[in-house]
Amino acid sequence: MTASAAGAGRYKRRPGWVDAFLWIVRIGALVVLVWGVAGTVVQGIAGEGPTGEAWRDLVVAGIAQGAMYGLIALGYSMVYGVLGFINFAHGEVFMAGGMVGFFVANYLWDIRFWETDFVLSVLLVLVTSILTSALVAVIVERVAYRPLRGSPRLIPLITSIGISFFLQYTFAGLFGVAVKNYPPPPDYMRNRIGILGLQIEVTKLVVIVVGAAAMIGLYLFVEKTRTGRSIRAVAEDKEMAALMGIDVDRTIVATFAVGGAMAGIAGTLWALLFRGVSFITGFLPGIKAFTAAVLGGVGNLTGAMAGGVLLGLFEGVGPQLVLAGFGIPGVSQLKDVVAFTALVLVLIFKPTGLFGERLSAEDRA
Amino acid sequence: MAMLEIRGLRKSFGGVQALAGVDLHVDEGEIVSVIGPNGAGKTSFFNVVTGLFLPDRGDILFEGKSIAGLEASEITKAGIARTFQNVRLFPDMTVLENVMVAQHCRTRSGIFRAILRTPFMRREEAEIEERAREILSFFGSRLVGYRFDQPAMSLSYANRRRLEIARAMATRPKLLLLDEPVAGMNPRETAELTGLIRKLRDEQGFTVVVIEHDMGVVRDVSDRVAVLDHGVKIAEGAYEEVSTNAEVIEAYLGRPAGAGR
Amino acid sequence: MTSIDLRRMLRWGWMAGAAPVFTAAVGMLEAFDDRPLIYPVLSLGYLMLLWFLPIAGYQASNTPVLEGMEAPPKGLHNAAAGAFAGLMGGAVLSVFTVLVNAFDMRDVFVSFSARMVELLTWGRGVPGGLAVTAGVPAVLGLAGGLMHLMSPSGRRRSILAVEWVVVAALLGQVISQVLRQIRLEAAADLMFTRRALEWWAAVVLAAVVWVLAERTKGGMGRMRERLFAADVGRRTRNSIWLAVLVLVFLIILPQLLGSLLSEVLANVGLFLLMGLGLNIVVGLAGMLDLGYVAFFAVGAYTVGVLTSPISPRFTLEWSWWAALPVAIVMTALAGLLVGTPVIRMRGDYLAIVTLGFGEIVRILFLSDWLSHTFGGAQGVQNIPGIPLGFTTVSGVGPEGVLYFALFFVIISAWISWSLQESRIGRAWTALREDETVAEAMGINIVAAKLNAFIVGAVLAGFAGALFAAKVGSVFPSSFELLVSIIILVVVIVGGMGNIPGVAVGAVVLIGVLGGPNVPGLLQEFAQFKLLIYGALLIFMMLRRPEGLVPSKRRSRELHSHELTQDAWLQKGGAFTGGQDGPGGGRQAES
Repeated sequence: MTASAAGAGRYKRRPGWVDAFLWIVRIGALVVLVWGVAGTVVQGIAGEGPTGEAWRDLVVAGIAQGAMYGLIALGYSMVYGVLGFINFAHGEVFMAGGMVGFFVANYLWDIRFWETDFVLSVLLVLVTSILTSALVAVIVERVAYRPLRGSPRLIPLITSIGISFFLQYTFAGLFGVAVKNYPPPPDYMRNRIGILGLQIEVTKLVVIVVGAAAMIGLYLFVEKTRTGRSIRAVAEDKEMAALMGIDVDRTIVATFAVGGAMAGIAGTLWALLFRGVSFITGFLPGIKAFTAAVLGGVGNLTGAMAGGVLLGLFEGVGPQLVLAGFGIPGVSQLKDVVAFTALVLVLIFKPTGLFGERLSAEDRA
Repeated sequence: MAMLEIRGLRKSFGGVQALAGVDLHVDEGEIVSVIGPNGAGKTSFFNVVTGLFLPDRGDILFEGKSIAGLEASEITKAGIARTFQNVRLFPDMTVLENVMVAQHCRTRSGIFRAILRTPFMRREEAEIEERAREILSFFGSRLVGYRFDQPAMSLSYANRRRLEIARAMATRPKLLLLDEPVAGMNPRETAELTGLIRKLRDEQGFTVVVIEHDMGVVRDVSDRVAVLDHGVKIAEGAYEEVSTNAEVIEAYLGRPAGAGR
Repeated sequence: MTSIDLRRMLRWGWMAGAAPVFTAAVGMLEAFDDRPLIYPVLSLGYLMLLWFLPIAGYQASNTPVLEGMEAPPKGLHNAAAGAFAGLMGGAVLSVFTVLVNAFDMRDVFVSFSARMVELLTWGRGVPGGLAVTAGVPAVLGLAGGLMHLMSPSGRRRSILAVEWVVVAALLGQVISQVLRQIRLEAAADLMFTRRALEWWAAVVLAAVVWVLAERTKGGMGRMRERLFAADVGRRTRNSIWLAVLVLVFLIILPQLLGSLLSEVLANVGLFLLMGLGLNIVVGLAGMLDLGYVAFFAVGAYTVGVLTSPISPRFTLEWSWWAALPVAIVMTALAGLLVGTPVIRMRGDYLAIVTLGFGEIVRILFLSDWLSHTFGGAQGVQNIPGIPLGFTTVSGVGPEGVLYFALFFVIISAWISWSLQESRIGRAWTALREDETVAEAMGINIVAAKLNAFIVGAVLAGFAGALFAAKVGSVFPSSFELLVSIIILVVVIVGGMGNIPGVAVGAVVLIGVLGGPNVPGLLQEFAQFKLLIYGALLIFMMLRRPEGLVPSKRRSRELHSHELTQDAWLQKGGAFTGGQDGPGGGRQAES
């Protein structure tokens, strides 16, 4: 009796029309991708479209932007890993750092220190930004998230949407709605230097290097320090961690502080890249960073950083590479569409992210 | 032909083999008990049969047709209903609603009929409610009257177990799978439920498979007993046969000291 | 022994300081000072500054009393605690005032001006006015503390009286408008000065409420009893009467209100329509859809493109009536397209993906790529109104739009209600409560979730079609993510899963505060609207997640742990069959 069944393979759910639909989406996405790239390549051979140099700039800009997304994504990923919900307000934490950093930068410019010692000035701005963001993140946790621990998971998510708006408009009320432009960096920041045979703008290089350094720092922190180990333990299983003598509340605060600090670094990098900050600066990068976190696999820190860089690349290169091939005008307007489409496709087809989720069992449910 | 025919059913989670080739058949009108020590794979067996998990290998035939790989809702529609070991009612729906919602797959009114409140829909709605009351009255006075409109979570533990059986009955199954129906009940309630399980077959005409730890209940209700251990069936037969089977005793009590094999 | 919880006092004292400092710092004090509430004593600015203090004063000594325990005796120590908290708040506020006065921080904090210092010191300048800066909060804190000494009915009366006065003052414009409309100009002029309530009118109103408060007590309860009477015949008769009354009221309402207020109410209707739709998706089926605005946009653009004589691509110039069914089909399709890929995701991913879809739709409408169909940033202009034969309903006459909105709201409410009370609605509830079990009970999850998505989308499509006719043009900036969020707030604040709740939410939020791009009655709030929305959302989630008008089921869900505790207390920990559960005793008191 068993003999006949032994030959049968593993069962799959009998595909329904939803599966069929998803297959159509899959194939459609692939066709669009291939077709678009082919179109662009044909254009390139015909001598139309961006030059090789322009492509290189797009790639570098994408990576720089991606490093920033990655840093913000770390905060999402850590909070999701530990508390199991999307902290929608994390984009505002990033904005807070950039915003308060601006006032320090502006002061340094006023006393003419910015020009004399640009590096030290930026470091001061960076420290301010890190402290502000960490502080905002910790306050938010204390006031809004702690009382909600243990409630259904959509409740903290909805709360975080409220916090996001509250923070945005508090900053608008406090500091005004106008866009604040950081003082101009010295000219050498715009020079290009050759690295590995590539000509890269100094600003972008700085952003990429700082992003990588922050990532390495965080990795060492999580892997090597006591607090880092607590964070991993709490992410794994809160109750068990508490039984092992870990102060869960303090660990969660530490998680928010570290995630905030990373967002603070991203705030300064944003200032270096784009100079302008305003109260709504945090929103879109926040959502993009969440996309990056999902792309890399929520809860997976290396994945978050890699997801950030990938998303930056998609966004930077994708519209030119794929959409321009169809002869679509104004492709750069569609970079957000590319980013969100990436999010949708990843969540449909690989919800655990490209590098795998690291979540406790209860959160996967 | 057996109502339920299971051949070489296998299921593993990660590296753990929950079911390592189970064969079982259940004939119409039987009450079959599935017993075994904790972790023997009994609940996994239910989960695979009802489609909550996909089997890795093997086949599940219900009334001669393979149901492996169907969605859980389709299996319920085919005629298998179950209860859960750790009582899973819809806690905020009322007692009556819990039983009404389970008739979903036997009723037809869609969005348009609901919006237009067609006579068909209103008749069907009345029937659903009528049937729900009827099913609940099967449990005596416990779940009727003012209890109809109470949220399920306000019920006592024993009543929750009863309501779960009522809900399973409401899907109009041919085969009922009861997962530890008397767990956590006191002796009086246990005795009552034992009678109830027989009544489910004798009066309602359901074929029943019960997972149970309480050997008294197993003895009283079962036509046949199957024993699972480490995901394989180690014995099957009448209660008396099985309860004296050396392998079964060993599975429950561990290998006696010195009895090397 | 009088028990004073020092930590509690300090905590509330600190909050009593933080709240007014925050209000002043974000600029609400200055911005709202121009709006008098009770002439000449109170402006909206001061109300925003000080409203929290009596509450803090009350809370400073409000010890929670567990059931079955004796409440600690009330006494002067309560008043003292209130005064202490108020004084502490006043002290914090004074320090803040001194700092603002001493340092020029305007470069950083835009609202730290001399004017703010003047307002904070009640016009008396820094050293001289500080006594008042600290004194007023102390007095208010004391007043809050004294509330403990009142009888429960006295407390109820005074709270009601204050509430009524504040509401009457805030809605001064509406009330005087209505008074004028029913030819009571004299009364309006007498009671209101510059949209503010005269102080004597406030006193009279407070006195009237004080006196009548006890009389009307239980009136709502009796009415509800009558409506939900056990006798079916009487119940239907009563609810028909109520429906007729409401309908008559709604029909004459626009005549009373004049066009400005009708405009506000028409917007309420639009958001209520969307709220009802989102309520099905979020409140009934339990899926957090953050891209709901996309369906609104699809509905509006479909109507725009089909009806406008200068629509970029086709000049079909269909009638609105012909375009409406197309809009419904398009939104249903959009619901299907968005819904299918997301139904298997877990809740929070679903939220983010729908948000992504919402943005994708908006950006596509905005893009140059599709501008030859949708007009890019300019959108589609010159959309005609709704032809009715004898007249055309459009934004020019908001009363007409209001009637139309009402018509659709009634239809949508009917759809929501009838689905809720059907096997479809039961399936939604079941899958919200436990998806696995719902599936095991024979509910096809895919079908049930898609149904919810599509019905929700179609209701948003109604709103979109109406919006296009009302505004006369559609462009991408009307469909920002913000709209989705605001609708969500409306549903949550009102009460998820509950039709009257959504209605209350829409009236209170959209009507009074105003929605995105649309003003409410309190137009002053314009720049702080979203700050308040955010604060409200946080507050509701922390304190009252079931909303203002909770559905029975939702409040059970959200307080289930309390219920379990109650059950445990009542039964002494023993679960036995046949005992009455505590569920009947505890329903949300609304």
